[in-house]
Amino acid sequence: MQVVLEDVGYAYGDLPVLEGVGFAVAEGETAVLIGPSGCGKSTLLNLIGGLLPQQTGRISTLGTPPAGCLNPLTFVFQDFALLPWRSVAGNVALALEHHRLGRAEQQARIAEVLKLCGLSDFADALPKQLSGGMRQRVGIARAIAVKPAVMLMDEPLSALDAQTRELLMEDLISIWARERTTTLYVTHNLNEAVRLADQVVVLSRRPGRIKRIVSIPVPVAERMKPEHAALVKNLHDELWSLIKAEAQVADREMQHA
Amino acid sequence: MPEVAKNTVAFRGGGFVPGTRRWAPWLAFLVIIACWETASQLRWLPALFMPAPSEVVQALHALLVDGKLVAHIVASLKRIVSGWILGSLAGITLGFMMGIFVLARSVGLPIVSALFPIPKIALLPLFILWFGIGEPSKVATIALGVFFPTVVSAFSAVDNVPRNLIRMAQSFGLSTRMIVFKVILPGAMPGILAGFRISSSIALILVVAAEMIGADTGIGAFVLAAGNLMQIDQLIGGVVLLSLLGLGVSALLSIAEKIVLRWR
Ligand SMILES: Nc1ncnc2c1ncn2[C@@H]1O[C@H](COP(=O)(O)OP(=O)(O)OP(=O)(O)O)[C@@H](O)[C@H]1O
Ligand SMILES: [Mg+2]
Repeated sequence: MQVVLEDVGYAYGDLPVLEGVGFAVAEGETAVLIGPSGCGKSTLLNLIGGLLPQQTGRISTLGTPPAGCLNPLTFVFQDFALLPWRSVAGNVALALEHHRLGRAEQQARIAEVLKLCGLSDFADALPKQLSGGMRQRVGIARAIAVKPAVMLMDEPLSALDAQTRELLMEDLISIWARERTTTLYVTHNLNEAVRLADQVVVLSRRPGRIKRIVSIPVPVAERMKPEHAALVKNLHDELWSLIKAEAQVADREMQHA
Repeated sequence: MPEVAKNTVAFRGGGFVPGTRRWAPWLAFLVIIACWETASQLRWLPALFMPAPSEVVQALHALLVDGKLVAHIVASLKRIVSGWILGSLAGITLGFMMGIFVLARSVGLPIVSALFPIPKIALLPLFILWFGIGEPSKVATIALGVFFPTVVSAFSAVDNVPRNLIRMAQSFGLSTRMIVFKVILPGAMPGILAGFRISSSIALILVVAAEMIGADTGIGAFVLAAGNLMQIDQLIGGVVLLSLLGLGVSALLSIAEKIVLRWR
């Protein structure tokens, strides 16, 4: 499924947060949103996912969800948002229970996604028993269990340490390669942006407007090959130069607020 | 090589460790009761006003044998249980409504705050006029006493369920009803169980007070009658029973917490 944003604006009361945001994410592609703190990235993701009411402009999806899709627009949260009283399998089940699936299919889907995320041995563990990385794997497993058309990920790795982040990025790349899910991914980490994005959407500081859209011509799977090292480095520098000044100003603003 | 002073590092991180000694409370009880018994035997305590523990035990035993005690306990327990269940169910329902619906909150909160401070026992005479001197007036007093703290604890327990879990459930398309039962109810369980501790002790206080005002069965009535007849051994026996009852309820709640809140 394709996601199209046209002239999207949003304000909390009289605080304008987004203005005239328009871009499209093609089916199976990953758009990474970056921008200074408080520029409205989470707001935009919540608008797309229907957790906030649309105000101005239009957000639409094009195309039909894949077969077996239970929840076309599916979130992966920064703080994992796992139910602490449910086991790993139970947390995945939460996303499935209210659909007419039949017990066998539900169990099969849970087993499949747990295997895919390397969680098979932890099906009965409680979230408190897991490391941060494993918890986010549960969050990802829960998301792909519903076979989403679009994944909305708000800083999914920012609560994790650098090594775990690296491992999960690899997992995500292989999941996307398999499921070809359209993805909108918010991050502050330029590394994640150049590794994961087909398209980087750079937002200005609040009220967030599109500052630049950078397409990355190399497929995600080949990005780390040595022959692309220079390109990746240049991209990183380009994004940083776009962000740096804004981030400095935004940083001061936050301190005065 | 020059001579270098070499000292082993001394440990200085001792003490201030939270912990318990399982035997310590039992020993303390034993010592207190032994002192009391000794003081009575030595006639340091006036036997008429402060009988020895052994006499209290004898009195309780005698009452237990002739069945009167059991009847009193059963009468009190019936009132506590029915009043507590009524008050808790109503309180949890209203507390949930106030936690979930803005309108219920804005209407309920000021009303609850206004009525909460009334000592509920003051309403017993009114309930006696409405419902008669029998069981309903006592049960109503207990239920009302339990109701208000339960509303408050259920409301704040619901309010404390992390918003992000509710948003997560919404993002997966769960209906309001499913969110209430799958996210809010289990998430509010710790707060609700903590509220049960408060409300059960209130129920115990109110049952005794209500039975002292208008009843001829129940531990409260028994204690009052024993006082009127100067049967201090029975009176203290009744008080000890109340203490045991309170401990029993608290132990039950601890078990419930262990089972229900295993995930914490
Ligand atoms: N519920 C709300 N009510 C009022 N203002 C809000 C609300 N949520 C967010 N804001 C404000 O809107 C602005 C954008 O918030 P948003 O969370 O979308 O930013 P963000 O780009 O995701 O920031 P970050 O990078 O820190 O996650 C911020 O200034 C924030 O203070
Ligand atoms: Mg954010």
